[in-house]
This record gives sequence, structure tokens and C-alpha cells, in this order.
Amino acid sequence: MGTIALNSGLERTAFFYQSVVGKKVVMAVTGSVLCLFVLGHMLGNMQIYQGAEKLNNYAAFLQGLGAGLWAVRLVLLACVGLHILSAYQLWRLKLDARPTPYVKKATVATTYAARTMTWSGPIVLAFIIYHLLHFTTGQAHPDFRRGDVYHNVIAGFSNPAASLFYIVANILLAIHLYHGVWSMFQTVGVNHPRYTPWLKRLSKAYAWVIGIGNVSFPLAVLTGIVK
Amino acid sequence: MKIILNIWRQKNSSSPGKMVRYELGNVNEHMSFLEMLDVLNEELTRKGEEPVTFEHDCREGICGSCGFMINGIPHGPERGTTVCQLHMRHFHDGEELWLEPFRAKAFPVLKDLMVDRSAFDRIIAAGGYISINTGSAPEANSIPVKKQCADRAMDAAACIGCGACVAACPNASASLFVSAKIAHLGLLPQGEPERDRRAMRMVLKMTEEGFGYCTNTGECEAICPKGVKIENIAMMHRDFTRAVALFREESKAGGAG
Repeated sequence: MGTIALNSGLERTAFFYQSVVGKKVVMAVTGSVLCLFVLGHMLGNMQIYQGAEKLNNYAAFLQGLGAGLWAVRLVLLACVGLHILSAYQLWRLKLDARPTPYVKKATVATTYAARTMTWSGPIVLAFIIYHLLHFTTGQAHPDFRRGDVYHNVIAGFSNPAASLFYIVANILLAIHLYHGVWSMFQTVGVNHPRYTPWLKRLSKAYAWVIGIGNVSFPLAVLTGIVK
Repeated sequence: MKIILNIWRQKNSSSPGKMVRYELGNVNEHMSFLEMLDVLNEELTRKGEEPVTFEHDCREGICGSCGFMINGIPHGPERGTTVCQLHMRHFHDGEELWLEPFRAKAFPVLKDLMVDRSAFDRIIAAGGYISINTGSAPEANSIPVKKQCADRAMDAAACIGCGACVAACPNASASLFVSAKIAHLGLLPQGEPERDRRAMRMVLKMTEEGFGYCTNTGECEAICPKGVKIENIAMMHRDFTRAVALFREESKAGGAG
């Protein structure tokens, strides 16, 4: 076999990322960070069911982390950026890889979730931007009170249009995770006849938990369970 | 039985193609799919028309020459079979079928249902082999091989290189084909010494040839006529990542090996 020269760390990284495998591994690793964040975010928000004081104290605690909060935000931002960059480049490769489409194409094994990753992804991104403007910075909120998270959530979700967008986007997020969680393991090379069926179950359970948990917030406000 | 065929006709790689409809009235249910096309071609030849070009060789499902799409599925609706081993009894009288070539940038259509799969040969040439001096056969038990590894290597070696995985993949990825070779050789002690370089060179070549990437849909595994598993793709990802991370230059002072 001929020689491959990888003289520096940069060359090594470039060689890795240049390949279709490297880009997918970047998607998987950044995706796993985002998956864990989504779970933590949802569990934290569950405190809305324990009343205004509990939720606002939790928010104040997070704000009080100061530099720590910004470190987490920067890591998340980097993950989102890399996840989107590799997704975009892979999507372009996909378009390039089959220039002439099939007249007739059937699928045998592909799930709806797997087929729609390139749709659910960008819609969830649009939602995240709206979500940040809505509840974090307040520009997209009709009655934003800094520090009073409980009030912001109730007032925000009282608008059925806003709530509907949250519900739709979180169902799409759940669909994204339905394929994504298992896919992460497969991409980084974890596949074993003993564990893969369980990882697929984990993926489905993860999607259902995140989906139901997140959709419950706007529904609870709209139905008056939380007020 | 009667079969209605819509077949992709394309004169050569530079001209555009289109679906052409044929009706075949005298199909025997015991014919293989290719024998049915032979009958069509004889009819076309008699009429002075150009026969339909399709690749075939062994007609017993082991050479990897044949293969095209039947109603959007490579090798047709039956699982675990190539198109030459698919029989007309699996279709019903009067059924309408759409036949078109495997589609991928890396598999340009040569004519009708025939595509150029030499990209696969170039990927194999990049690293899908073991550099070993041939000579007299070694003593059979001189290199112990774990049974489970031999089994997995054998399963991966079942790949006949037909290209159906690329055709079925929504991203036209060759991952199943490439990973089958990486797993087949990498799992055996004879292939172990070149495992890292093999993964790097084959993955890079697959990328260069214009194949897409793997989105873990499992479509390739489902339609593979030889049942090659996407477990191999996980192994390819693992081997490639490890190889790039741990790659070392050969030592100049390492001798004249």
C-alpha cells in the first residue's frame, strides 16, 4: 500500500473531516451533547409544575453560575454550529451523489424519522432561534419580565399560535431524536447484536420522553393546569 | 402470464433516457426475471428493434453482475435474492413493473439497465486486499482464528459487489460495500497488519469517487441479496476513526522490510 502522510494535528483533523465518515462522526458527537442538553433542559423545566417560586429560584440559580453558564452556552453554541455545518455539507454531498433521481423509488426499511432528518433539523433550528428570542432575551415576547420565568412562560403560552409552534417544533424534535439517538451510537461504531436492539429502544424511549415532556408545558398552560 | 414492463431505455452515457412500455404476453411463471427479459429481447430482435441491455453472468446469484431496480427496489421485491434468482412466480398475471438502472453519480449509466461500477474496483484497489507473498499453501492450523471472527469475516465476505446497497441508499452511499471488505479482512489475523491503512485508504477513495454518506437508515441491509449487515459499517467508522487518531509514520530506521 502507498503511504499516507499525516504530519501535523491539523493535517490529521483535515484528513478525518474530509471523509464522509469524519463528518458523520462530528454530527454524532455534537448531537450527543445536544441530546443530553435537551434532556437536562426538559427535566429542569419540569419544576414549573412545582410552582412559581421553585421555577424562578432554579432560573436564578442558573443565572448565578456566571462564567459557568457562559462556558456551557459556548459549548452548546459550538456543538450547534458544528452539527449544522456538517449537516449542511453532508446534505450538499447527498444532492451531488445522485444527480438523476429515480422514476420510481420504494423504501423497505427506512423510518419516517430517518427520511425527514433534513427537514426536522432546520425547522427545529428556526424554533430554537424563536425560543431564545421568546423566553431568554424577550424580543419575541409580548410581556417579558426579566427574572420572572414563571410569568413569562404563562404569558407566552397563553398565545395559542405561539403554543402551537412549540408543540409542532417539539414533536419534530422528538422525531429527530427517534432516529438520531440510535444513529449516534451506530456512527461512532457501537453496534453489537446484543446491545443494538436495546439502543434502538433507548432511542425511541428518549424521543417519547422528550416529546411528551416538552409538549406538556404549552398544553398545561393552555388547559389551565398551570396558571 | 402477462407482464407489463416499463423499462429505462438509454442509448449511451451521454444521451438522455426515458421509460418505454412493453407488453409481454407469454411469460412462464418458472422463468427467472432475466429469462423473461431474454424472451423480450428475442421479440425485440425479431421486430428489428434494439434489445434491452442488462448485465448478467453466472445467473446463480453469486457473481454480482446483475442488478437493476424493479419498482424502486434493487433486485426486486423478494429479500435475499439477486435479480437472476428472482422468479416470475413472485409476480401476478397482468402486473405492471418499472425497471430502471441503479442510480448514483459514481455509477454512470452505460446503456439501458447497465451501469459502470468500476468505482467499486478502484475502492478495492485502494486497500481491499492483503499484501502477502503467495507461495506454497501454509499449514492450515499455523495461524489460529477465533471462530466468531471467522464467522463474521465470512458473513462480510459474502458481499458480491453488485452495488444494490448504493442503489437503495437515499444518499447513494457505498458504506455497506466498503465496510464489508474492511470487516472481512480486518477481522482476520492475515488482514490485521494493514487494518488501519486499509480503513483510511478505502474510506478516502469512497469519498473521492462521489459516493454519499451513511445516515443509518438500514435500507442497504434490508435489500442486500447476501444479507450483509450494517454492523460492518459501525466497524468501518470505528476503524477509520481509530486509524486517523493513532496513525504513525513508518520509521526510517526500521529496517528494509
